[in-house]
Amino acid sequence: MIRVLKRVAELLAVLFIVSLGTFWLVSKMDSDPAVTMLGEGRTEAEYAAVREDLGLNDPLLTRYWDWLSNALTGDLGKSVVPPYNGISDRIAAALPVSLELAVLGMGMALLFCIPLAMWSAYRPGGRVDRAVGAGALGVLSIPSFLAGLLIIMVLANGLGWFPRAQWTRLSDGVWDNLYHAFLPALTIALAETAMFTRILRNDLVTTLQDDFILAAKAKGMGPKHIMFSDALRPSSFSLMTLMGIGLGRLIGSTVIVEYLFALPGMGTLVIGAANAGDFVTVQGAVLVIAVMYVLTNALIDASYGYLDPRIRRAHV
Amino acid sequence: MTSNQTLETVPDSGRPDRGQLLAVEDVRTTIHTARGDLKAVDGVSFTLDRGETIGIVGESGSGKSVLGRTIMGLHTTGPTTTISGRVMFDGRDVQSLGVKELRSLWGARIGMVFQDPMTALNPVKKIGTHLTETLRKHQGLGRQPARERAAELLDLVGIPDPRRRLDQYPHEMSGGMRQRVVIAMALANEPALLIADEPTTALDVTVQRQILDLLGTLQDELGMAIILISHNLGVVAGRADRVAVMYAGRIVETTDARSLFAGAHHPYSEALLRAIPRLQEPPHVRLAAIDGAPPNMITPPIGCRFAPRCAYAQDDCRQVLPELRPSSESGPRHLFACHHPVNRGDA
Amino acid sequence: MSDLVQAPADPGAAAVPTVAEPAAPPTGTPSLLRGLLPLVAGVVALVVTLVPLRGQGWTTAAVFLLSVVLLHLGGSALGRRRWGKDFDLTTWLCAVWLAVIVLAAILAPLLPLGEEQDLSQTLDEPVMARPDPLTNHPLGTNNFGLDLLARVIYGARASLVVSIGAVLIALVVGGAIGIAAGYFRKLTDATVSILTNSLLAIPPLILLIALATVLDPTLPNIAFALSLMALPSMVRMARASTLTFVQREFVLAGKAMGATHLRLMVRELLPNVLLPLLSYGMIIVSVLIVAESSLSFLGLGIQAPEPSWGNMIAEGEGNTFEEHPHIVLVPGAAVFLTVFAFNMLGEKARKRFDPRQAKI
Repeated sequence: MIRVLKRVAELLAVLFIVSLGTFWLVSKMDSDPAVTMLGEGRTEAEYAAVREDLGLNDPLLTRYWDWLSNALTGDLGKSVVPPYNGISDRIAAALPVSLELAVLGMGMALLFCIPLAMWSAYRPGGRVDRAVGAGALGVLSIPSFLAGLLIIMVLANGLGWFPRAQWTRLSDGVWDNLYHAFLPALTIALAETAMFTRILRNDLVTTLQDDFILAAKAKGMGPKHIMFSDALRPSSFSLMTLMGIGLGRLIGSTVIVEYLFALPGMGTLVIGAANAGDFVTVQGAVLVIAVMYVLTNALIDASYGYLDPRIRRAHV
Repeated sequence: MTSNQTLETVPDSGRPDRGQLLAVEDVRTTIHTARGDLKAVDGVSFTLDRGETIGIVGESGSGKSVLGRTIMGLHTTGPTTTISGRVMFDGRDVQSLGVKELRSLWGARIGMVFQDPMTALNPVKKIGTHLTETLRKHQGLGRQPARERAAELLDLVGIPDPRRRLDQYPHEMSGGMRQRVVIAMALANEPALLIADEPTTALDVTVQRQILDLLGTLQDELGMAIILISHNLGVVAGRADRVAVMYAGRIVETTDARSLFAGAHHPYSEALLRAIPRLQEPPHVRLAAIDGAPPNMITPPIGCRFAPRCAYAQDDCRQVLPELRPSSESGPRHLFACHHPVNRGDA
Repeated sequence: MSDLVQAPADPGAAAVPTVAEPAAPPTGTPSLLRGLLPLVAGVVALVVTLVPLRGQGWTTAAVFLLSVVLLHLGGSALGRRRWGKDFDLTTWLCAVWLAVIVLAAILAPLLPLGEEQDLSQTLDEPVMARPDPLTNHPLGTNNFGLDLLARVIYGARASLVVSIGAVLIALVVGGAIGIAAGYFRKLTDATVSILTNSLLAIPPLILLIALATVLDPTLPNIAFALSLMALPSMVRMARASTLTFVQREFVLAGKAMGATHLRLMVRELLPNVLLPLLSYGMIIVSVLIVAESSLSFLGLGIQAPEPSWGNMIAEGEGNTFEEHPHIVLVPGAAVFLTVFAFNMLGEKARKRFDPRQAKI
C-alpha cells in the first residue's frame, strides 16, 4: 500500500514539474503576446493594457498558480490569436483525431506483425527470418516523415488509391473517416510493425524451446496448430505491454504524420500555435499530452505484474 | 563396429508370443554440434513385443533419452542429426517415414511421457484442452464427445473429480496430478507403445511409486508395450520384464530383471547395483558411487568405453570394443558386452 | 573431467528440434561461379545504367537497384569463400559507408564540390537536374541550381556535428549525474529520478518543437535540444552501471584509504561506466539523426538555404515531389543509409560487448 502511495506521489511530482517547466519555457517565447493578440501598430498604452489584462506583469508563480487552478477545473484559457477560441474546446476537438490515428496505427501494426513474427519464428535463422529481420531494421531506419512522403508518392499520387490531406470526422461517417485515415495510419504502423515483429519473433522463438511444445509435437499436433494454439498466447504478454506503452508514446509522436497529411490533431495544434506565438494554447496542449503520456505509462507499469500469469504463477 | 546381432539372435522375453511390435536394428544417432559430431547412440538393437515392458537404464549422457526420441521419430536425419539403422514399428521403419505419417503415429500409435510435468503442460491452456485436442485430431471426435472422453481419461489415471479438473490450469494441480495428466495425454488414443522418459524423476518418492503403479495398471488394461527410461535401476527393477543397461551410447547388458539382480556380468551393471542404497545397511555408510565420468562422445575411446572407470579393466579392454554375447550362467536371453565379465558369465 | 562436452546432462536433449525446425546452416563454401556470375551481371547492369539508360528516370533507377542487389549477392558469396562463412558483407558495407560519410563531412571544404548554399553562385547552373554520375552534378541539382552532392555532404556535416555533439554533451552531463545518483543514493537518487521522469514525460518530438519555438535555430541550440532528448537514457545507463560497481570491493578499498567522494567517482567508477555508455551512445546517435532531420523537415531546425537532410527533403513537399522525385530521394537515401548503418553496427556492437542486454 505504501508503495502505491509513493508511486502516486512521484506521479504528481512529475506532473507538477512538467506543467511548471512548460509554463516557464513558454513564458520565454520571443514574441510579445500583446502584439500577437492586437496586431502591429497599436499604441504602447493599448499593449500595456492587454498585458495587464493577461496578468503578464505578475510574478511567475502567481501566474502559474492561476493557470493551474483553472486547468484543474477544465478551463485552459483562451487563445491569444484570432479567433480567440477556448483552448479546451480546441483540444477536445483535436484529441480524438490523434487518438484515433494512434489506435488505428497500432491496430494495423498488430495485424501485420503477428503473421510476420510467426513465419520468422517457424524457422529461426532461415531465409524468411533473416529477410524479415533485415527488413525490419531497414524500416526502422526510415524517418517517419520520409516514409510518409514515400507512401503519399506511391499510394496517393502515383496510384491514386487514397486521398491525401483530407479528413472526415468519425461522427460524420465511419467509412469516409477510415478511408481518409488509412494512409496516415499506415505510415505510423510501419515503424511500429518493425519493432513489434522483432519482439514477438524473439518471444516466440524462446517459447518454442519450452517442453510443452515438444509434448504437443509428440501428440502429433501439426506445426500450424502448435504455433497458434500453444506458442502464441504465452509469447504475447510482453507484446501487449509494449503496445500499451507504445500507445502512450504515439500520442506525442503523431505530430509529423499529422503535419504531412494535414490532419486536425493535437500535433498540428501545437505546431500551429507555436508558430503563431499562441503561448497559452501551447501550454495547454503540452500539458494535456504530457498528462496522458504519464498516466498511460503508469497504468501499464502497474498492471504488468498482474497481467502476465507466469508472474502470477510464481506466487501460486 | 557393427553389431553382429540379427533379429533372430536378439532374445525375446519369454512371454507367450503376442507378436513383435518394435525392432530396433543397429541404430546410431549422431548429432552435429558446433564442437563436432556427437555419437549419442552408437549401435543399439533390441526388440519389444506387444504388452511387454523394457527398462533402459543409464546415467546422464548415456544416450538413453536420445534413443527414446529416435525410436519415436522425433529425431530423424536432418540438418543437425544423422541416423542410421532401422526402427521397425509394426512392420514399418519409423526413420523412413515422412513428417505427415509420423504425425499420424505420434499420439495415436506411439505415446510419450516426459520427465517434467511442470513444463510438459502449456501453462496458459486448460487441462481439458490438452486432452481434447489430441482426441479430436486422431479420433475425429466432436467437442462434447471429446470432453466426455477426456473426463474418462482423467478418471482412468486416478484423478478425482475429473469433470471439474477439465477446466483447470496446470498450475492449479500438484506435481503428481500433473504427471497423471501427462500420462493421460499420452494414452488418450490407446497407443500400442508408450515411451516413458524418466517419468518419475521430477516427483516425490511417494508419488513416484503411485505413478509407476499406475503405469503398470494401465498397461494391463490397455495391453500396450512400454519403454521405461530411467537413470534409477530401482525404478525399473520391479516393473520391467527386461532391462537393458546403457553406457556411452551402447547397450552393455540386457536380461530380465531377476537375472540382473542375481548376477550381473558387466562391471558397470554391477556398480549400478551396488550403488543402490539398501535399508539393511548400517547408517552412515558411504554411498558406493562410481568414480569418473562418462566419456566424450565426440571422440569416444577405442575399445571398451567403460574401461577408464572399470576396476577390472585390462589391456585388451582398452583396445577392442566388446560385443554383446550370451551368458553361460543365466542362459541365452542374458546378453552382455565385456571381455572380463564379473560373476563369470563366460570364459 | 574436462572431457565432458556438454553442460546439460543429456546432450541429446538440447538438440531436439521443436516445432521450429532450425534452418540448415548456410551451405559451405560457395562455388566460384556463385560469386562471379552475379558480380559480373551486376557490373554489366551498372554499366547499362550509366550509359544506354542515362537519365531515363524510373527504368534507370530500377536497373541500378538490380545491379546493387546482384553485386551484393556476388560480393557476399566471394567474401564467404575467402574469409569463411561468418563473413557478412552488409556489416562491412555499413562500416565503409559510415567511414566515407564521416570523412567526407570532415573534409568537405577541401573537396572539389559544387556550390551548396550560396544562391548567387548558381545563377548559371541547371535547375532541377536529374542525378547523372557522369556530369558535373552527379546527384543532380535542386530548384535553385545548388548541387545536391555538395548539399548532401554539407548536410551530413551538420547532422553529424549536431548529433554527435548532442551525444557527447548528454554523455558528459548525464554520465556525471548518473554516477552521482548511483553513488550517493537516497535523496540525490530520488531527486534525479523525479527530474528524469519529468523530462521523459514529454514526448520527445513535442519537447523539441517546444524548445525550437523558444530558442534560435543555431547549431549549438539544436545540439542542446537534442542532448536533452538523450540525457535521461544516459543518466539511467550511468546510474545502473554505477550501481553494479559501487558495491564492489575496489570502491570500498578506496574509501578505506581515505579517498574523497569525487576522487572515488572519477578514478574508480568512471572508467568502468564509460564503456557501456559509449556503446549505448552509438545507438543513440542514429535516433538523434532522425530527430534532427525531423526537426529541420518541419522548418524548426537548421534553416534553409544551409543544407540539412531534413530541410532538403522538405523542398520536395507538395507537387515538386511528383515531378522531381530525386529532390526527396537523394537526401532520403542519405539519411536512410546512415541511420541504417549506425543501427546495424550498433546492434552488432551491443551483441558483442554487452551480453546482458535482451536481444531486441
